[in-house]
Amino acid sequence: MSELEQKIHEGLLLDESCELTLAELSRACAMHGDWVLELVEEGILEPRGLTPADWRFAPSALRRARIVRNLQQDLGVNLAGAALAVELLEELERLRARLGCG
Amino acid sequence: MEFKDYYKIMGVSRDATQDEIKRAYRKLARKYHPDVSKEPDAEEKFKQLGEAYEVLKDPEKRAAYDRLGANWKAGQEFHPPPDWDAGFEFHGGGFTGAESADFSDFFESLFGGGFRQAGGARGGFHARGQDTHAKVLIDLEDAYHGAVRQITLQSPRLDPGGHVVTRQRTLKVNIPKGVREGQRIRLAGQGSPGVGQGPAGDLYLEIAFKPHSLYRVEGKDVYLELPVTPWEAALGGRVKVPTPGGVLDLKIPAGSNTGRKMRLKGKGIPAREPGDFYVELKVMTPPAENDAQKALYRQMAEQFHYNPRSALGV
Repeated sequence: MSELEQKIHEGLLLDESCELTLAELSRACAMHGDWVLELVEEGILEPRGLTPADWRFAPSALRRARIVRNLQQDLGVNLAGAALAVELLEELERLRARLGCG
Repeated sequence: MEFKDYYKIMGVSRDATQDEIKRAYRKLARKYHPDVSKEPDAEEKFKQLGEAYEVLKDPEKRAAYDRLGANWKAGQEFHPPPDWDAGFEFHGGGFTGAESADFSDFFESLFGGGFRQAGGARGGFHARGQDTHAKVLIDLEDAYHGAVRQITLQSPRLDPGGHVVTRQRTLKVNIPKGVREGQRIRLAGQGSPGVGQGPAGDLYLEIAFKPHSLYRVEGKDVYLELPVTPWEAALGGRVKVPTPGGVLDLKIPAGSNTGRKMRLKGKGIPAREPGDFYVELKVMTPPAENDAQKALYRQMAEQFHYNPRSALGV
């Protein structure tokens, strides 16, 4: 089945000026808010704001959180291990970009 | 429909223990995990692996699968024998949620029943649809100018009877000027449909750049290695520089050399705060092809007394 929608969709670009709430972030990860709290406690995510209700996450948090979730669910990695893996993956990505091998 | 050899996919023998299957899964999952792997077909391999593991890790499903017999070969045309699963009861456990809708028709034909019941919309129950995610590959030039890109999504849906069907959907999306790799565009209401009267979820598109033959990108900065002649480097001069935003003039200072980096401020990706464009000079030596050219090089050797290896102590 194919459905061609001719309409051009305008999305919202999540750039630096755009932040996510706890509810938006957990929904985008299909995870419970408590799980996001654990990521903050582990230091994987560093939201702005003092209380969870005020938290605002940079858009890059979404990518990190989803990688952590995938590693946890698919590989059985614990949170500390996933945190380490995410940091190493980001480092690897920077180095690869520098080598120009995408 | 093609038969899938789950044992072959996992690289284990048909009499492997549950522990061996788990170990094989963990090992291959690390190798092909799309967040970790650089293998070109990692995503497809990981999906197949997940499907194979879904069946082999569950003794009930594995026993049912084994009953199909060992004579089937991967890729062979397959139809489930009638009543093949008689006497088996598949419990919800282990067959988990959204990702399973990505499994093959082969899997669906064998194990699809339980999921359908589990996923069916019940009257009076409303929930927001799930947010969904997809990657969109664009050219670096698109980030400079903005573009409309057509993307094709395979989205699992429940039909009115509660069956999982894969629907192919083509969306035209405006890629705004200034996007960078890894950024996301949120399309409200384009995710999974809601249950009952619940609203649809959102679709998140992750931006990725196709590899470029000239440029390399770091964040919002763009890099180019620019070949120059020895006389351009030594004497200085104006040269043309290609950028994704168009050709620019660059003044090369006298006394430049290979490795010299020059910054064209604000000529990187035109984000809210635009990135910079970096040019790294690379001096190219012209080949000496005729006598006059060779004579020139000899003359240089006499005039310069230049030893580029003096720092190496030779």
